[in-house]
Amino acid sequence: MYRYDEYDQANVDARVEEFRDQVARRLSGAMTEDQFKPLRLMNGLYLQLHAYMLRVAVPYGTLDSRQLRMLGHVARKYDRGYGHFTTRQNIQFNWIKLADAPDILAELATVEMHAIQTSGNCIRNISSDQYAGAAADEAVDPRPVAELIRQWSTFHPEFSYLPRKFKIAVIAADEDRAAMRLHDIGIKLVRRDGVIGAEVHAGGGMGRTPMIASKIKEFVPLAQLMGYLEAALRVYNRYGRRDNIYKARIKILLHEIGAEAYAAQVEAEWAAIRDTGIDPPAAEIDRIAAMFAPPPFDTAAPDAVDRSDPDFAVWLDQNVAAHKAPGHAIVTVSLKPVGGIPGDASADQIDLIADLAQRFSHDEARVTHAQNIVLPHVRKADLHTVWSALREAGLAEPNLDLVSDIIACPGLDYCSLANARSIPLAQKIGQRFAGRERELGELKLKISGCINACGHHHAGHIGILGVDRKGTENFQLLLGGSGAEDTSLAKITGPGFDEDGVVDAIERVTDHYLRTRDPGERFLDTYRRIGMQPFKDVIYG
Amino acid sequence: MADPDGNGASGETLLRFRDDEVHDEPAVTLDAFAAQDDATAVRLEAGDDARALLPALDRLRLIEVSFPSFRDGRGYSAAAILREAGYRGELRAAGDVLVDQLASMRRCGFDSFAPEAPIDADTARAALARYPLPYQAAADGVAPVWRRRHG
Amino acid sequence: MRLLTGNDLASGDVIWWTGTGWSRHVEDAADVGDGGEAILRAEEGARRVNVPYLIDAVPTPDGPRPAHIKDRIRALGPTVRPDLTLRPADPAAGSWVI
Repeated sequence: MYRYDEYDQANVDARVEEFRDQVARRLSGAMTEDQFKPLRLMNGLYLQLHAYMLRVAVPYGTLDSRQLRMLGHVARKYDRGYGHFTTRQNIQFNWIKLADAPDILAELATVEMHAIQTSGNCIRNISSDQYAGAAADEAVDPRPVAELIRQWSTFHPEFSYLPRKFKIAVIAADEDRAAMRLHDIGIKLVRRDGVIGAEVHAGGGMGRTPMIASKIKEFVPLAQLMGYLEAALRVYNRYGRRDNIYKARIKILLHEIGAEAYAAQVEAEWAAIRDTGIDPPAAEIDRIAAMFAPPPFDTAAPDAVDRSDPDFAVWLDQNVAAHKAPGHAIVTVSLKPVGGIPGDASADQIDLIADLAQRFSHDEARVTHAQNIVLPHVRKADLHTVWSALREAGLAEPNLDLVSDIIACPGLDYCSLANARSIPLAQKIGQRFAGRERELGELKLKISGCINACGHHHAGHIGILGVDRKGTENFQLLLGGSGAEDTSLAKITGPGFDEDGVVDAIERVTDHYLRTRDPGERFLDTYRRIGMQPFKDVIYG
Repeated sequence: MADPDGNGASGETLLRFRDDEVHDEPAVTLDAFAAQDDATAVRLEAGDDARALLPALDRLRLIEVSFPSFRDGRGYSAAAILREAGYRGELRAAGDVLVDQLASMRRCGFDSFAPEAPIDADTARAALARYPLPYQAAADGVAPVWRRRHG
Repeated sequence: MRLLTGNDLASGDVIWWTGTGWSRHVEDAADVGDGGEAILRAEEGARRVNVPYLIDAVPTPDGPRPAHIKDRIRALGPTVRPDLTLRPADPAAGSWVI
């Protein structure tokens, strides 16, 4: 993975000192909250429902054990013993004191971590495929490009006060494991005539007005990609709406002027700047790519796995994916215990994951946008050992992509923007379907506590949106969304429900699916085949 | 380095990073500029298109870019565009400009600042010295990190 | 009744105007009636509270109960982690919120 050199470290250290200075000016009253707020947001510090919340960046979701242990340390020393992994592959701490924030950032900087640009109207964390470097289907590991974009976007002087937040995802396989088409800019790396380049999509996003990105550029050689992105951001910075925060994302700009018009403006802007020396040289791309070279996989690792332990076999079949290196496998550590809090991990659990990553995964772990953790490079011979340790720590729920593998935002229990609590609903759903997850098969259920859609409910096979209905919590049910390469936006079924009502409604939906599915059909496939009406009939009929 | 010399318009404190004299002609609006052929100072509002000035860059001595709110980042692109086009005159950020934005503004090509609220010179100095190793190439010509890495 | 609330700047703690000062416990909160805006401005100006605002509440024998569930969760803590709330040992806390 990427390792800071003196320049990276100097920039992070300078940011720590700048923020320390800004916090001091805020605490002394030299700066008002209005002046301070954008500055603290650009360091990931929110004022949330109960306390300050700090969102620490995990670039493209990749971490080593040293960094994981630091996150556990932060949880213990400065927070209340746990952290929350997010749908953008970052981690959040919910109980931070402003006065401690500079020290926290200073400690994070000692392990090459920061909270830079994890909030604010700037370019946010660059997300990527959690199986990068391990899956066989990728054209190339997408993370060097994600790292290149991360550096280009860090403290970019022209793009620090955009109309709104800006989210970029990078993938390199046909299977889209990072919901690339639901980002402001989504990049798919492809190989054309031996040259690696980017297929660029723009204008995707969720929130109040979900949209699927349009392809705006068929192919940009990697050597020119930063210049192209510069042009794309400049057009957005100049012409994105600033009159209404709910219409300020780039998806609205593309919707209003058309994707072709946007692409043409980007092309014109790019023509003006592409030869002005803005692209890093090939040597820089190579330098970064070298750090993502495959680790020394054990070439003698046996392929056979002893399946005689039935619980282990269930987990093996559900949570372990094929690795490109023989004798190895990709493990998903579930942070979705049935009845638990989706995406939360205690400091002890984080330490355990660090140990397992170090001992069994070439010292690497990934955060997924589904709020789980991946150990990307585990020898098959070690799977039972890893599973046993995970099980003891409550991290071995065998539910990857099943109905209890719920994506849920923190919701009204934590978030000042929320209208309804998402976590108790996730717990009830998990409990309702306990024991039947495998029967239902792949079923991606996503819950957002408000219209900002941080739970990605628009991309759920089953999506739930929490609303405020005359002062009480109410839940809308949506069906048929997908964040994968078969991207679609979920549609609302009809009138909303209270918390128990929506759980009942979901069960009527899944019962109908079980009655009507063709062999091998996922819920999403059946829905796409028979449409919304049969489900509406069983829900409301 | 600049000293606040109070020579800016309306008696506001002016932070300036140029060696030449402050231009004494008042800045006209973009519309007025287009209607005249002898104005040498123009003011761009946040939504104005900086490229409208490209044909006249040779005779411009001062371009003032308005920041109605420090959250409105359009002026950074305006500055970058003007410097990329070869403008060498004074490029001034005016309005809701705080010390925390100075470094980015300098990088985009601004060389003078007319903030609504005066900025302490020492604080400005410290802010401008904080990030000597930028990641990107920009109008200020400071070598980006990748050029330091590879020459 | 109307309550004045906000956050402690340095710690981020949720705080409530008691009539004479600020408390972390909503049961200490005072009814500011129609005079809330004036107190808000004075306290914010004196930097004794960050991002203050007024909310509706209902008086009860145990103290004010905020009218909106969001404010009740804010007053007490997350419903899914009773151990992290201001009343971890109180079995009635959950129904007070919900």
